Amino acid sequence: MAEVQRVGEVIEASTTGFVAQCYELYQMPPLGSMVKTGDSSAELYGIVCNAETTSLEPGRRPIARGKDEKSEEAIYRSSPQLAKLLRSEFEALVVGHREGDRLYQHLPPQPARIHGFVYQCTPDEVKDFGKSFDFLNIILNAHLPVPTEELVAASLRRMSQAHEDRRAFLVAAGKELAILLSGNLNQLNAILGRIKL
Amino acid sequence: MTERLGIVVSGSLNKGVEVRLDSSASIEDMAVGRFVTIEGAKRRFFGMITDVSLGVTDQRLSLTPPDVSDPFIAEVLAGTSTFGTLHVSPSLVIGGDAAAILEGPQPVKTIPSHFSAVKLSTQEDVELVFGTEDEKRFFIGNPLDMEVKLCLNLEELVKRSNGIFGKSGTGKTFLTRILLIGMLQKSRAVNLVFDMHNEYGWAGTREGGPPVKGLKQLFQSRVAVFTLDEENSRHRGVSTDGVVRIGYDEIEPDDISLLRQTLNLTDLAVEAVHQLFRKFGKNWIQDTLDLKGAEELPEGLSIHEGTLLNLQRGLATIRRLPFIEPHSPDNAVKAILEHLDRGTNVVLEFGRYRDITTYILVANMLSRRIYAQYQSRVEKADAAAKESLKPRPLVITIEEAHKFLNPEVASQTIFGKIAREMRKYNVTLLVIDQRPSGIDSEVMSQMGTKITCLLDNDRDIDSVLAGVSGRNELKSVLAKLAAKQQALIFGHAVPMPVAFQPREYGSAQSYRDFAPQKDVTEDIEKLWD
Repeated sequence: MAEVQRVGEVIEASTTGFVAQCYELYQMPPLGSMVKTGDSSAELYGIVCNAETTSLEPGRRPIARGKDEKSEEAIYRSSPQLAKLLRSEFEALVVGHREGDRLYQHLPPQPARIHGFVYQCTPDEVKDFGKSFDFLNIILNAHLPVPTEELVAASLRRMSQAHEDRRAFLVAAGKELAILLSGNLNQLNAILGRIKL
Repeated sequence: MTERLGIVVSGSLNKGVEVRLDSSASIEDMAVGRFVTIEGAKRRFFGMITDVSLGVTDQRLSLTPPDVSDPFIAEVLAGTSTFGTLHVSPSLVIGGDAAAILEGPQPVKTIPSHFSAVKLSTQEDVELVFGTEDEKRFFIGNPLDMEVKLCLNLEELVKRSNGIFGKSGTGKTFLTRILLIGMLQKSRAVNLVFDMHNEYGWAGTREGGPPVKGLKQLFQSRVAVFTLDEENSRHRGVSTDGVVRIGYDEIEPDDISLLRQTLNLTDLAVEAVHQLFRKFGKNWIQDTLDLKGAEELPEGLSIHEGTLLNLQRGLATIRRLPFIEPHSPDNAVKAILEHLDRGTNVVLEFGRYRDITTYILVANMLSRRIYAQYQSRVEKADAAAKESLKPRPLVITIEEAHKFLNPEVASQTIFGKIAREMRKYNVTLLVIDQRPSGIDSEVMSQMGTKITCLLDNDRDIDSVLAGVSGRNELKSVLAKLAAKQQALIFGHAVPMPVAFQPREYGSAQSYRDFAPQKDVTEDIEKLWD
């Protein structure tokens, strides 16, 4: 097993998704990548669908500080407290869960737990998950902060990296999408345009 | 290897089923006429592809086509948003249980359930339906796009009259040769071939190639060649077994009435023939021709001057035929019958006398007499209740059949009678024709098995397919056959219609395949002489 990378901690959870805060500023996983949370008996799989970096206190907006600085890094160096006053969060859409050895591509019975650790999925896990395309339906029907096409395309591009034959994977996914989106040609074309190699 | 083509998505027993192609199967590899197997839940169905079409899930795709220059998009859309459909007419079904398998394929009475898998038929499927080469079945060709032997039960075939149709140059003659060889090898029947164009006996022509061997060259001992034109046969180097001469006294009024059209006789003239025959007896032709006018007519005959002239002109045409003599010394019918009784097939060559008058006259005269013999023999055998007394089944092969079997004369010619009365007297027809629409529909409907090469005239297609179930589907298959060496067979002797490519005829290997080894070695030895 490849080393499992911890990327954050759940701070908000619902049946359809969870929000996690990163331990380090800007260290959030990329859009469309797969993350998981939960213990070994029941793991939830999510796809990163949004990320943001905001001020720790909702009322306090950051102010511009770089007028006299040479570089961006210099701002953080001269104001080391910034890393503590800002926080990076990401939102994941729950697309499946694992109970024991079985993988399900539908919503879990329970949402994630607050303070649950969030890990980046390993390529093997991603590959395993990509054997079925049922999760695409969850993404297509979700209310998302980003355009649906963008997320579908991003997640498929990410997943394809775990496969030796990227093209075959994307073609298979494309065919699944063509069936799911048979009534919405424009959306299909938009996604296909974003995932072609 | 069974390659899945797609799944059944809709259909009806009457119209056949719609099959949606899998994305892995290319629509361009499909072809009408191909033999497919549908795996239903309980039964297996056998059918033929009768139409191929394209479908889209969203009409907008056809209005604003996607960018298919990108192979990725093209690959994704193929088989999902855009797909091919096949129209398949199932004709046979076989149940899954042991009893049903023993019983063999039966005609369909239902259709496969939704989403049954459709596959290209395998060799086993074809063999299950059409049988394998054995003592009754003869390999006639391959089903379209398949390397499987398609076999025809010739014992079954010769029980009915059959037809071979097709435009000129589509391979009717080659197909007929193959069938004749098949009958010769696999059935008890003997053949009498009226060979208008000298194609079957010794050697036949081939477009753009050397001549092909005829039956006599392949089966020396089992084929006899008779000729009407001895000189011509000698020129062509054909060793003939007999010369056919016909005496005036052998021609009867019925023979003349058949020739009404070709001799341009009026109805009254045909009527007069019967009167003259009654009056003059056997010698009526000579006596009629000797008359110098209506005033010389014997007492009791009232024939108009014009009618008599018309008739005399017609009879003079017959008299001018070189093989007609006032009195023929030898009896051609008897000689031919002797050969047929011994189980020797007889090919009658017409030499240079290829005009239709000769053909109709000779074929009709000989057939009528031979048929009469058969009829009396069968009746005797029936009376004595002895199957062994019955003569061998006889198949009479005629070309240009529409001239004998058109609606005006079909009721008068012996061929119309044979076609209708079928095998009651052990005589059947093998009709070869390029204008099936010219053949009386009653005769057409009595034909057991029809083999047809390409036809493009709508009326011809309709008449060939009249009374066949699923004719609309077969029509599209028939109209799309290749111009050469493809044929569709349907009817009594085959369990289901099938399009096929006749086996090769004309190469050294093909002769070896057809003829028993012995004959070929003899042939080679002859080359050294």
